[in-house]
Amino acid sequence: MFNHLLSLLIWLPVAGAIPVLLAGSTRPDLARWLSLLVAVLTFAVSLFLLVQYHPDAGGMQLTESYLWIASWGVHYSLAADGISVALILMTTFVGILVIAGAWEVIQDKPHQYMAAMLMLEGLLIGVFCATDALLFYALFEAILIPMFILIGIWGGPRRVYATLKFFIYTFFGSVFMLIALLYLYQKAHTFDIATLAALPLTMQEQTWIFFAFLIAFAIKVPMVPVHTWLPDAHVEAPTGGSVVLAAVMLKVGTYGMLRFILPIVPDAGAHFAWLIIVLSLIAIVYIGYVALVQEDMKKLVAYSSVAHMGFVTLGIFIAFLLVRESSNADMALLGMQGAMVQMISHGFVSGAMFTCIGVLYDRMHTRQIKDYGGVINVMPWFGFFYVLFAMANCGLPGTSGFVGEFMVILASFAANPWIALFAAFTLIIGAAYTLWLVKRVLWGDITNPHVAEMKEINGRETFVLVSFAAAVLALGIWPQPLVHLMDSSVSQLVQQLAIHKI
Amino acid sequence: MGLSTSILLTIALAPLVGCLLAGFLGRFLGRAGSHSVTILGVAVSCALSFYVLYQLTVGGAATYNQNIYTWFQIGHFNASVGFLVDRLTAMMLVVVSFVSLLVHVYTIGYMADDDGYKRFFSYISLFTFSMFMLVMSNNFMQLFFGWEAVGLVSYLLIGFWYKRPTAIFANLKAFLVNRVGDFGFLLGIAAVLYFLGTLDYATAFGSAPSLIGKTLQITAGTQWDAATVICICLFIGAMGKSAQVPLHVWLPDSMEGPTPISALIHAATMVTAGIFMVARMSPLFELSSTALSFVLVIGATTALFTGLIGIVQNDIKRVIAYSTLSQLGYMTVALGVSMYSGAVFHLMTHAFFKALLFLGAGSVIIAMHHEQDMRYMGGLRKYMPITWITMWIGSLALVAVPFFSGFYSKDAIIEAVGESHRWGAHYAYFCVMAGAFVTAVYTFRQMYLTFHGKERFTVVADHGHGHHVAHLDDHGHHEQGIMHELPKESPWVVTLPLVLLAIPSLLVGFFTVKPVLFGGWFGSAIHVDAANDVLGELGQHFHGAVAMALDGLWSLPFGLVVLAFVITSYVYLFNPAVADRIKNALKPFYSALYHKYWIDAVYYVVFARGGVMLGHLFWKAGDTAVIDDTMVNGSVNLIHRIAATMRRLQSGYLYHYAFAMILGLILLLGGYWLTNSGLAGQ
Repeated sequence: MFNHLLSLLIWLPVAGAIPVLLAGSTRPDLARWLSLLVAVLTFAVSLFLLVQYHPDAGGMQLTESYLWIASWGVHYSLAADGISVALILMTTFVGILVIAGAWEVIQDKPHQYMAAMLMLEGLLIGVFCATDALLFYALFEAILIPMFILIGIWGGPRRVYATLKFFIYTFFGSVFMLIALLYLYQKAHTFDIATLAALPLTMQEQTWIFFAFLIAFAIKVPMVPVHTWLPDAHVEAPTGGSVVLAAVMLKVGTYGMLRFILPIVPDAGAHFAWLIIVLSLIAIVYIGYVALVQEDMKKLVAYSSVAHMGFVTLGIFIAFLLVRESSNADMALLGMQGAMVQMISHGFVSGAMFTCIGVLYDRMHTRQIKDYGGVINVMPWFGFFYVLFAMANCGLPGTSGFVGEFMVILASFAANPWIALFAAFTLIIGAAYTLWLVKRVLWGDITNPHVAEMKEINGRETFVLVSFAAAVLALGIWPQPLVHLMDSSVSQLVQQLAIHKI
Repeated sequence: MGLSTSILLTIALAPLVGCLLAGFLGRFLGRAGSHSVTILGVAVSCALSFYVLYQLTVGGAATYNQNIYTWFQIGHFNASVGFLVDRLTAMMLVVVSFVSLLVHVYTIGYMADDDGYKRFFSYISLFTFSMFMLVMSNNFMQLFFGWEAVGLVSYLLIGFWYKRPTAIFANLKAFLVNRVGDFGFLLGIAAVLYFLGTLDYATAFGSAPSLIGKTLQITAGTQWDAATVICICLFIGAMGKSAQVPLHVWLPDSMEGPTPISALIHAATMVTAGIFMVARMSPLFELSSTALSFVLVIGATTALFTGLIGIVQNDIKRVIAYSTLSQLGYMTVALGVSMYSGAVFHLMTHAFFKALLFLGAGSVIIAMHHEQDMRYMGGLRKYMPITWITMWIGSLALVAVPFFSGFYSKDAIIEAVGESHRWGAHYAYFCVMAGAFVTAVYTFRQMYLTFHGKERFTVVADHGHGHHVAHLDDHGHHEQGIMHELPKESPWVVTLPLVLLAIPSLLVGFFTVKPVLFGGWFGSAIHVDAANDVLGELGQHFHGAVAMALDGLWSLPFGLVVLAFVITSYVYLFNPAVADRIKNALKPFYSALYHKYWIDAVYYVVFARGGVMLGHLFWKAGDTAVIDDTMVNGSVNLIHRIAATMRRLQSGYLYHYAFAMILGLILLLGGYWLTNSGLAGQ
């Protein structure tokens, strides 16, 4: 089993989706329990990664490789380093919570919903451990399908517009990646990412390939100015779709940057780092202001996701500046680690925020902030979690939200104090939009009679929120285990940044 | 004997355990159970804090500095959770735990009728834990943790009565204004890491002299002194937490919270965190006289101008709130003239007498059935003698009457500013001197309006409203100045803390002034450059606490206090009509004070409204108009239009296609001919 641990992790949920589908609409409860079982099993198996992966050894481990398409030299090859392990664990953890979260919420074809969710989970795990570029590309595209289905079938009233926008936007981006990959293939005659990383490329080639990759991944992250699909997709997506989208799918974009841009086109990456840094800072400041005035809770949190992902891209690309211009490898490491921790943390925090909104939506069937007010009066325990996650969202120390932002801001000061100045602005604007939301939803007296009828969270919802809370707090109080898990992998990434290809 | 890790851990964690028990198991513990576990937790911490202080002062224990666990280790950077306990920390521990314990006990009486009783105990214990983490930290990361955690609890407690619109406005405002300070603070920490390569205090302070001569490039042609940048950034954090102008606006509004937390958080402990932090960072601040001048001017401005606002307040708690702002200004001034131990000394005495004043005000508020407007009080001294006497003790300490504890700390600050040659010291000297007069005016005015003179309320026999005491937070719908029963002294859980705070308010200065100010009691915890040592100069004229007090009787500050006493006594005891005449005579001045110099209003328009307007602009103009409508949907529409045109081409008529073919042929041939003739021409 351990020889094929990664394959098992990919195929267990994908294959598990089949019996869930077969359980059919006539026995929805069976489908629910089956899918929960599959999700829990997947999570349990993923825990073996912690045993099988040796953080101190570094490098790619748990390698599997089979020839897939011989004529093209495409391999089904998987491997994981610390970053992959962390992301896979987060995926399987969130996987359980979205299944549990959808339990009786999804009444329409629950078996199909659960099956789509499980397939999505398996494909996402695949993205995080594919070491063949074409396999990565195939999975990268394949995750669109279950998400397309989730939003398209169980989505809100404008779901058609949202799904099309989502699909075309992201598909448009990945076409450029495909072209870049084909170009690389005709030079290297392989899709093996490690080989591509060693391929010498001129600056002109690197520039073209850099922008091709950038368009694909920037849309996925999403970065300003290609972020507008995200609020629309979130607004129309069912709660579980939003949770997976925010918690896991966005990380595919930044993960792609790590695996493709950093090793394959390092010189172009360094040359255009300022561009990404400026876009990241715009995401933090400008999007913060946009989030402030949203009237729809989901849109607000969606915009806040864009701002928080800005820290991930910022952390990755200040590492370029620090390595190449200040030769400050320690600070680069700090920035890069900050970006990684922020990816994991954002998974939990945004997942929790969207779950909270789902809890409210299930009771009131509205996402408009103005329809709420005084929820704490009827749902004090919900209020506890909501405040906790809101605080994590504005980066309060002791929660996971703080750790990554703290590291990135500290590192960016070393790159340039002005970058740190704009990045640290999140302290103010992040608190403003998050706590103003809390004020309007949670605090105050009840003005809407429907709020008075809202029921306190039930056992299932409590389980989901407690799980998210445990993750958010554990990471915030003691991030060292996560940092250690990823340490050698992040060091390798930073070392790669220093290698000039031209 | 050294300090053991387990003792320090117990100090920090005991309140946290109390908080968790009361918060999560309050349902099972009940009210008495909840207050018992939290009080027990804080009592344990308090006892151990005294033990630690004893060990460090008398027992000869060495400074404790150890990491507990590694928070992260990245490359050469280490962030840990750990404790640094020296005399500075020990003093803070004792002050925090002692005041916190008394506030816990007091809360039993004050919150007796409140539905959120257990939640309140949970919060104040959480606060105590957070404050311990802040003062015991041995590194910048944990400092920031404590810093933000106390901010969180402050947010929760200001908004404790979450149904009140004013309370939830105030707590959001408090959090955001504090975040502005934290913004600077975080940049300061980043600068420390960048220049000194560590987040650990001892290592950072040890290599602090290496900052001399280093600069930070701001723009191509501008270099700023590294130490100045670090210190000003860190101090911006202190300005938020310790409510210094221009970030002072949140503190008066924080009075929306229940009175016990006004005493604990917004007077005695949390707001002094900024003062503590700067004192802790003295090895860094000593490197930049520019930063210290900045500190000095900000502190002096706060000391005088916020005190002035206190004179026109009618809400008993708000008077004390402005007084707190002003006193924090005094502490900041002390920091600005490198008199760190003086600042911490004033912090300590202030913690006692200001907590006393707030709790006393709370006792009055209970007696008045949640009336806070002093215009409807008066003559309360005969109904509540313990509150009356203890509040006078606190007031005399506040106005710095010789022999009272506040005298020793405040007079020393005024003297030290007079001795200082730092840029801004003249301005500061004027401010703190004038501030002494202002302090006395608002304090005596408050005491007279509350306890003396005629009763300005009437007692009307109860007609069936006796049962409406249910909630503390439903006040406001009763008629002002109408009471249903005579005010009476508060129960012992309320008066006991008053008495226990009155004792140190009276005595602590007298007994500790010599070692703390002039005896170098803090040792290596505080570092002062020989050139800046104003306290050393003052120490040459110090001949004991008695002599200092006797000298104080003939000093200018005390003269101003006496003057204020005479004026306020005349105005408020003998001729109340004068107050209105003065108000009318000084209309513009009164108006400026009444509107708090219009600062809050301007902030609201510029930052709150302005921020929302900017957000709308970005959203509608940027995201919607430019990106979505033009770029995204615009390109979609373009494709639509192209497709529509293309579709029209496929008309299905044979002659259309034939025509197109002929046209194509002509073009091809024509092109061929043109190219060829061109070539032929060469």
